[in-house]
Amino acid sequence: MAYKNYILVCAGTACESNKGKALYEALEKEIKAAGVEAEAQLVKTGCFGFCEQGPIVKILPDESFYVKVGPKDAHEIIAEHIVKGRKVERLLYKENKAENDPRSSDISFYRKQLRIVLRNCAVINPEIIDEYIARDGYAALEKVLFEMTPDAVIKEIVDSGLRGRGGAGFPTGRKWQFTKNTPADQKYIVCNADEGDPGAYMDRSVLEGDPHSVLEAMTIAGYTVGASKGFIYIRAEYPLAIDRLNTAMAQAREYGLLGDRILGTDFSFDIEIRLGAGAFVCGEETALLASIEGNRGMPVPRPPFPAVKGLWGKPTVINNVETYANIPVILLKGSKWFSSIGTETSKGTKVFALTGKINNSGLIEVPMGTTLRDIIYDIGGGIASGKKFKAAQTGGPSGGCITAAFLDTPIDYESLQSIGSMMGSGGMIVMDEDDCMIDVTKFYLEFTVDESCGKCAPCRIGGRTCYNILDRISKGQGKPDDIQKLKEIGHAMRKASLCGLGQTAPNPVMSTLKYFEEEYRAHIEDKKCPAGKCKEMICYMIDETKCVGCTACARRCPVSCISGEVKKLHVIDQSKCIKCGQCFTACKFDAVKKG
Amino acid sequence: MNMIELEINGIPVSVKPGTSLIDAAKLVGVKIPTLCYHADLDPWAACGICVVKVEGSPKMLRACATPAGPGMKVITHDPEIVNVRRTVLELILSTHPNDCLQCSRNRNCELQTLAEEFGIREVSYERRLRHLPADDSTKSVVLNPEKCIACGRCAKVCQNMQGVWAIEFIGRGETTRIAPAADVVLDESPCIKCGQCTAHCPVGALYEHDQTREVWNAIEEHKKHCVVQIAPAVRVAIGEAFGYEPGEVLTGQLYAALRRLGFNAVFDTNFTADLTIMEEGSEFVHRVTEGGVLPQITSCCPAWTDYMEKFAPDFIPNFSSAKSPQQMLGAMAKTYYAEKAGIDPKDMYVVSVMPCTAKKFEVSRDKGMTSSGFQDVDVSITTRELARMIKQAGIDFKNLPNEEPDSLLAEYSGAGTIFGVTGGVMEAALRTAYFLITKEDLKDVHFMDVRGLEGVKAATVDVKGTKVRVAVAHQMGNVEAVLNQVRQAKEKGEELPYHFIEVMACRGGCIGGGGQPHGATDEIRKKRMAGIYTDDEKSVLRCSHHNPMIKKIYEDFLGKPLSHKAHELLHTGYQERKVYKK
Repeated sequence: MAYKNYILVCAGTACESNKGKALYEALEKEIKAAGVEAEAQLVKTGCFGFCEQGPIVKILPDESFYVKVGPKDAHEIIAEHIVKGRKVERLLYKENKAENDPRSSDISFYRKQLRIVLRNCAVINPEIIDEYIARDGYAALEKVLFEMTPDAVIKEIVDSGLRGRGGAGFPTGRKWQFTKNTPADQKYIVCNADEGDPGAYMDRSVLEGDPHSVLEAMTIAGYTVGASKGFIYIRAEYPLAIDRLNTAMAQAREYGLLGDRILGTDFSFDIEIRLGAGAFVCGEETALLASIEGNRGMPVPRPPFPAVKGLWGKPTVINNVETYANIPVILLKGSKWFSSIGTETSKGTKVFALTGKINNSGLIEVPMGTTLRDIIYDIGGGIASGKKFKAAQTGGPSGGCITAAFLDTPIDYESLQSIGSMMGSGGMIVMDEDDCMIDVTKFYLEFTVDESCGKCAPCRIGGRTCYNILDRISKGQGKPDDIQKLKEIGHAMRKASLCGLGQTAPNPVMSTLKYFEEEYRAHIEDKKCPAGKCKEMICYMIDETKCVGCTACARRCPVSCISGEVKKLHVIDQSKCIKCGQCFTACKFDAVKKG
Repeated sequence: MNMIELEINGIPVSVKPGTSLIDAAKLVGVKIPTLCYHADLDPWAACGICVVKVEGSPKMLRACATPAGPGMKVITHDPEIVNVRRTVLELILSTHPNDCLQCSRNRNCELQTLAEEFGIREVSYERRLRHLPADDSTKSVVLNPEKCIACGRCAKVCQNMQGVWAIEFIGRGETTRIAPAADVVLDESPCIKCGQCTAHCPVGALYEHDQTREVWNAIEEHKKHCVVQIAPAVRVAIGEAFGYEPGEVLTGQLYAALRRLGFNAVFDTNFTADLTIMEEGSEFVHRVTEGGVLPQITSCCPAWTDYMEKFAPDFIPNFSSAKSPQQMLGAMAKTYYAEKAGIDPKDMYVVSVMPCTAKKFEVSRDKGMTSSGFQDVDVSITTRELARMIKQAGIDFKNLPNEEPDSLLAEYSGAGTIFGVTGGVMEAALRTAYFLITKEDLKDVHFMDVRGLEGVKAATVDVKGTKVRVAVAHQMGNVEAVLNQVRQAKEKGEELPYHFIEVMACRGGCIGGGGQPHGATDEIRKKRMAGIYTDDEKSVLRCSHHNPMIKKIYEDFLGKPLSHKAHELLHTGYQERKVYKK
């Protein structure tokens, strides 16, 4: 190490939006002011994953892990830690009281993780190609170009057992094989970076933190199947990722790693970025290709599959960001190594965006086969506020919920499907007993209803009809045959929708109906929301035996529907109450009752 | 060719590669229901009704979009499949007005038929209707988005078959609907009024602008002298509305029906088709001999002229200035016939019955359409509208006697009648042009190379040593390739690929027009075509220049082809128009 200290600062979107940029600049200024430029190097990295605690500053070599750092803390970090060698105690991550100042690798959030896809995120500066190269970047490309035939590459990928990380889990090697085997004058490599599941940011983080890994993999794919042109389809809402990709592509071209005659060989390959307008359905591969072609993003029937007839009718490899990010490591470390990780049918790792009622929300990467319990209780630090775990939703709007009974199921493509959910692209939302399953289902369905392209009748009409039924149920207007209708429509949508969006859109409904039918019945028959979440079914009342007439509730009520004089009983006017719950939280005497 | 062997409902079948399951199922006597699939179009796979089970696939597959594969085991119906189809159908009905009684497609609607077949007695799901205004801005085709089931046929026809791209899906999710780009109205869009969208719509979301009441009103006005003309293609298709097979030639019954509807004079557009040939043929000979602009391109299809003015204005000098037969008949009725019959043209009302929705637009497309001093054709109705009028009158069409038309503007040669099919105008023109150039008649009047459903047909005709190269394009989307051949030759300074080009906007020509009875497929188009050629074969006279009434109209009134008077009444001009009006 040339420097005494390396100061890694997260520059992912989450931290940047939390004054991360100002923090970086402040640190830069402080380093200069302290005159320690020769001793400490400031590195702007990609996402650390531990977003709950961001912005994060990690100092090497001792792995000091500073959390929730603001620009105002910059002076202290430099003056104390760098200049005087004294850690800034108040900023260090404290796992529990007993164990102060763990090395970052010992933090339980990281301990059960295995970072293959995220190997360079939070380690290198994604805007400097040399840092990627220093971590074996482009070594796989070099190996492939000089030592491997396309068939050998395909064999290695097939043997590795890598499956598509976009959701469906199709074997990547076979996809490449089909494309290679289809003769054509032109072939294309497409990267699906149209990540759209609510709350998911796996792909964004890879592109922001390690853009070269995707560029390298696409170039390898190009060499393997005989394509000279690649497209990255990325949503316009990811400006930082787009910036980093552009920077990375410019640097790669300058280094002869992209463009004409790569590394002096006869192989030429270049990549263009295509921006998506944020339509979720454009994550569906045929709709995505239509969108790149300049058409309306609507799915078309398969076959023909893109590997045979894709972009502009030419054979096309289309993989998502996370899939590509695996490729260079597999080729360097070998399929044997990769296939030793994971389960029988699902190899390697999976990145999840862990959110919801969990203590450590953030971006995590775990070996396939990790149990939900490990993810929630070890990595995630358990349920926030100590409540009871109710369910975890995986697979985003296309997935389903996993109940406590399945906490010990090893997670892989098949196991999730068998319990009515799916891997999806990696969203994972944890819910506790305060979450109403009808409310949650409504949320997901509203999303797919909004995002339906409108092409096929089952999805276009069925989704909206189901949503309206759920909406009625959540408002206490459910009818006895609603459950039957939901099942009927859900079944038809699954069977008769054209694309994955429509086929999986009823999954949240079907899976909650499977595991929480009682909760539905409570809403429909008893007009009660057991979780106390559905506003229309809640009634706030003041317990006359407890009310002391402090007026706190009346003062907080935004619609002034609470009447009562000081030190006298207060009363809520039910006809005006909007059920916002302000009075409930305001009352210090437990006099406001929710029922 | 290696046939594909598969099993449908346990019955082995063998089909050509590429055959869809929906077509393969016909071999075992199963008609799989669908709302979006149409034999003219690549499967768009929208409606979700044609789902079937294929062994090994966890989901149901769309029969329209799934090619038969070797060893496939297909089940086209079981209780689960029928239930899924019923659910999807009910979902569609839950967002459809279901006001069949007031619908243009009542008793002729694919959705209505399915609802009947599935025995739908109530719609179990929440009814959600969209209240959107109908777009009648073109006064030719009407788009009623309330009835649209978003099957996509219209957009696919407009884009892929016609190459016009006037309409597309806009919005998403349940607000998805069909509209021109930027949600302008059809009249401000590139729409060429060909009406192919109305011919392919399975429901009543796209239909002809109905003008039957205007016609009834005109007939009722005692002072008005109502004249009617029928286009070539009407006679071989109208029978379909009365239970005849497609292609049955019903000219005599049509004359009788029109007379019984109350028209004062019944004429035939085939007569002015012959007149068009005299003018257009002479124009062609003039261009060839006098070094005029070549290739000459036909202009009797108003959807094509609209297309050309918007998308290919560089070809304006190539356009034949001869008006279409419809317009020529209007002009002749209000001048020549008015004069002969002693009727003030201001009291005359000219109705035309056309296989076409664009003809409604043509009657007032520009100033040239008022050469008689009045609007030459007052109103143009489609074959479908005429069939309705006949039914409204209670006329027993099937038992009508054959009648003769009124004289002066009705006698026609075989050349006039073949105007109704692709290649027909070219063939008719060649029959006469040959005579005009060589002063001899053809020994064989058949030009088989320009017949049939091939999208672009090219032929070289030997006119006594002069090689005349011709091309025929139909189905609007096919024309661009022909125009590009000409453009390229011009650019490179090479010899022109063609001297004469015929273009018709609809597949098969007018027999497949947007105003014809619903349900046209290639099978039906071929039958209608056969009907037209039968009419030609039966004609004693096969060439326009032999038509005695044509000779008479020149002797009595017009002088000779391309005369000053002919130019005033029978020719027009073209101008560049914006693709989008705003």
